[in-house]
Amino acid sequence: MQITITINGEQYADLTKGMSVSGLLAHLGLHEKKIAVERNREIVPKSGYKNIALHDGDVLEIITFIGGG
Amino acid sequence: MATDSGKLIIAGRKFSSRLIIGTGKYETYQQNADALAVSGAEIVTVAVRRVNLTNPDEPLLVDYIDPKKTVYLPNTAGCFTGEAAVRTLRLAREAGGWDLVKLEVLSDPKHLYPDMEETMRAAKLLIEDGFEVMVYCSDDPVFARKLEDLGCAAIMPLGAPIGSGLGIQNRVNIRLIVEQSSVPVIVDAGVGTASDATIAMELGCDGVLMNTAIAEAQHPVQMARAMKHAVIAGREAYLAGRMPRKKYADPSSPLAGLI
Repeated sequence: MQITITINGEQYADLTKGMSVSGLLAHLGLHEKKIAVERNREIVPKSGYKNIALHDGDVLEIITFIGGG
Repeated sequence: MATDSGKLIIAGRKFSSRLIIGTGKYETYQQNADALAVSGAEIVTVAVRRVNLTNPDEPLLVDYIDPKKTVYLPNTAGCFTGEAAVRTLRLAREAGGWDLVKLEVLSDPKHLYPDMEETMRAAKLLIEDGFEVMVYCSDDPVFARKLEDLGCAAIMPLGAPIGSGLGIQNRVNIRLIVEQSSVPVIVDAGVGTASDATIAMELGCDGVLMNTAIAEAQHPVQMARAMKHAVIAGREAYLAGRMPRKKYADPSSPLAGLI
């Protein structure tokens, strides 16, 4: 079964139900060390990446550090 | 006033350099890293933004400036409310694992002056949440005192509007803030060239934070080196204590013994 979640304001409809945060990051090609994830306005601790399953309608923000003043 | 003449101490962490540089506006991250190397700075400010999902392999700042060797100071640039600032820094803490942060809550994009009411509110929320807050603020000694009373780790008044390069506009206020503060005072924003940084340090500031003055110089790496010397010169001159200003000339050679 497919679920739809919103990541950084964009909809992703091709994700598998039960996918973990780790699974999603691997799917997106992102390195866990360099980012942070917020799910439905709550920070997902790195220790939870493997165990937390994504649900249909979840809203995620994935951030990193870029140049700034 | 600073009591330690050697190291800059912020929230218990010791730094040899009193220069903090930004990582925005450089042509490349490599140029930024080169500028950092010659500047001697040990802290860089960084922004927190959404990852680029369409190109996850694009160059990342952490690939050029190692967060294990250089202290990353995540900022809240672009945040216009206390809640947005707090949300941003909580994510930064999760990404980086550190709690020393730069709070800036801006108002009007035209002048980028800090919204001090929101800054105060956000500082309180962050301190309650365990952050060490270095706070960008107006050069108002009253607000500076209130921020210190809240528990901010460093007071960072602007010298002039962000990115303007106009230099220290209100030396009287910067000096008042230096005299009343028992946490480090770091001029943040407004420096345009080396002499501006020196003036900030001569006023007794504990450090200077700059981005555009280096990044938008004709030769950023050379300017980074100039800023290193400027900050050291200003600090030494402040500690040495300048001569009194006089209204009239005073000959340097003795008048006695003239032939």
